[in-house]
Amino acid sequence: MKVYLSVFKIRFSAVIQYRAAALAGIATQFAWGFLEIFAFRTIYSGNESGFPMPFSQLSSYIWLQQAFLALFMTWFYDRDILDAISSGNISYELSRPLDLYGRWFFQTAANRVARALLRCAPILVVAFFLPGPFRLSLPENGVQALGFLVSLALGLGVVVAFGMLIYTLTFYTLSSTGLWAVFAMLADFMSGSVIPLPFFPSGIRKIAELLPFASMQNLPLRIYVGNIAGSDMLIGLVLQCFWLLSLVIFGRLIMRRALTKVTVHGG
Amino acid sequence: MIEVSNLTKSFRVSTREAGFKNAVRALIKRKYEYIQALSGISFRIADGEMVGYIGPNGAGKSTTIKIMCGILTPDSGECEICGRIPWKERTRHVRDIGVVFGQRSQLWWDVPVIDSFELLRDIYKVEHSAYRKTLDELTQLLNLNRLLKTPTRNLSLGQRMRCEIAASLIHSPKVLFLDEPTIGLDAVSKIAVREFIKERNRNSGTTVILTTHDMQDIEALTERILLIGRGRILLDGNMRELKQRFSRHKKIAVAYAGSLSSDMLSNCDGITVREEKMGRALIVLDSNLLTVSEVIEMLSKTVDIKDISVEGVTAEEMVVELYKAYRI
Repeated sequence: MKVYLSVFKIRFSAVIQYRAAALAGIATQFAWGFLEIFAFRTIYSGNESGFPMPFSQLSSYIWLQQAFLALFMTWFYDRDILDAISSGNISYELSRPLDLYGRWFFQTAANRVARALLRCAPILVVAFFLPGPFRLSLPENGVQALGFLVSLALGLGVVVAFGMLIYTLTFYTLSSTGLWAVFAMLADFMSGSVIPLPFFPSGIRKIAELLPFASMQNLPLRIYVGNIAGSDMLIGLVLQCFWLLSLVIFGRLIMRRALTKVTVHGG
Repeated sequence: MIEVSNLTKSFRVSTREAGFKNAVRALIKRKYEYIQALSGISFRIADGEMVGYIGPNGAGKSTTIKIMCGILTPDSGECEICGRIPWKERTRHVRDIGVVFGQRSQLWWDVPVIDSFELLRDIYKVEHSAYRKTLDELTQLLNLNRLLKTPTRNLSLGQRMRCEIAASLIHSPKVLFLDEPTIGLDAVSKIAVREFIKERNRNSGTTVILTTHDMQDIEALTERILLIGRGRILLDGNMRELKQRFSRHKKIAVAYAGSLSSDMLSNCDGITVREEKMGRALIVLDSNLLTVSEVIEMLSKTVDIKDISVEGVTAEEMVVELYKAYRI
């Protein structure tokens, strides 16, 4: 395990070299956050009672989503890994006494956590001090807060395990942009990153909530704002564990298969 | 101990004719070709040996190295290194080996070199005291002192290569594979790298397998060479024997005063005059037909020799001859 911690550490320190990128990210997330909140404000302005989430919960949802975007964006992959596969640099990674799946898993997780930590603080702080219904409020109680933290970690795991499938597919297709586009759009929408899942029509919502995508940002954010609580929260967490395990097992299987067939490119 | 027998490996490559029309056609129907990269390679390398693995581009050198490192699985054949089959027990096997791919980098681009080293220390689970010792040794021999705290992206190629080699030795491997370790390096760095490899082989008994196109590397480092071409081992021999075999031809460079009657020289069997102008000439002689002293005697009779040098074939020329002889 210590070795994965080391992989985590080196990826982390590589990411935090880039301060300008972090600043640009913060600015973008602020812009997006305000944009979304204003758009929803317009929709809500007629009659607030007809919506599945009170507006104040929605504001918190959006700010958290923007603050932790780097943890959950499905269209983000570790460039180093994709390049290693298509350029053949993977030769080096395969000549190490290390499980490649574990290594890449922790490397991607570190990449996301480092980005999120660099960007979240200013967004969270400012969002706390915004006026009235636009602000980010604290969770109602300790249970929700704890549930949020656990679910946040599990959600990150699900996102990374899902990304691992894309890495593995890159062994077969080489250019991963096409796959990205398809999976990223699908996953992004179904994870509630464009429109939160409670706003989906109920039939589609019921199916969407069972899919692995709902175990990404949907659950932790809704637990935080208090939209999911009690036994629903427990069920959600169990489902998250289930998806995390399934994706990891499946990912390991196909990676083992890919590695026996691997061709290393470029001399 | 490395034992390789009858390794074969082929790759599937998609091919198409040139041009836009064919590009469109390839969308619907792909044509594949099978390229036989290795067709039955066998050799044996003892512990502590230093072997040069040479051959033209595309001969199968890197493929063999990758199989020996456990990265590729061969189609058939056997390979055993330190009692293990690389591709079957990859993680256990790679603890014993170190690899340098001259064309790739194993160091993290954005962070100081020392961070990459520490990651490798953790990956190979090297004891802290052993790590300190190895690092001190490597730092001293490869002169890394000022490089360790610099991010990889700020290093020159020569500096980086020294760090790459050090990185491959942090876990003190028994076998070291060097795939073109001196590619693109300047003379000073090349010599530093060669010296280091030699020293490592001599003092730590590390088995070294070196592929390169730089014949000076081979000349400076290895006694034994393996020549591979079209997926087969064509020659497995000793550097000195090979040189003798190919050293029939000697080059004599001469500076003289007076006029050299090149006709006389050219008519003599075993002599060819390559160049001749302004009091300098380059003469190639076949030592089966004439001795060096005979030629010098002949020269001194006609002209006043001011300077003369005799050279055997260089390793470079020898390899060209070898490639020609084996038609690869």
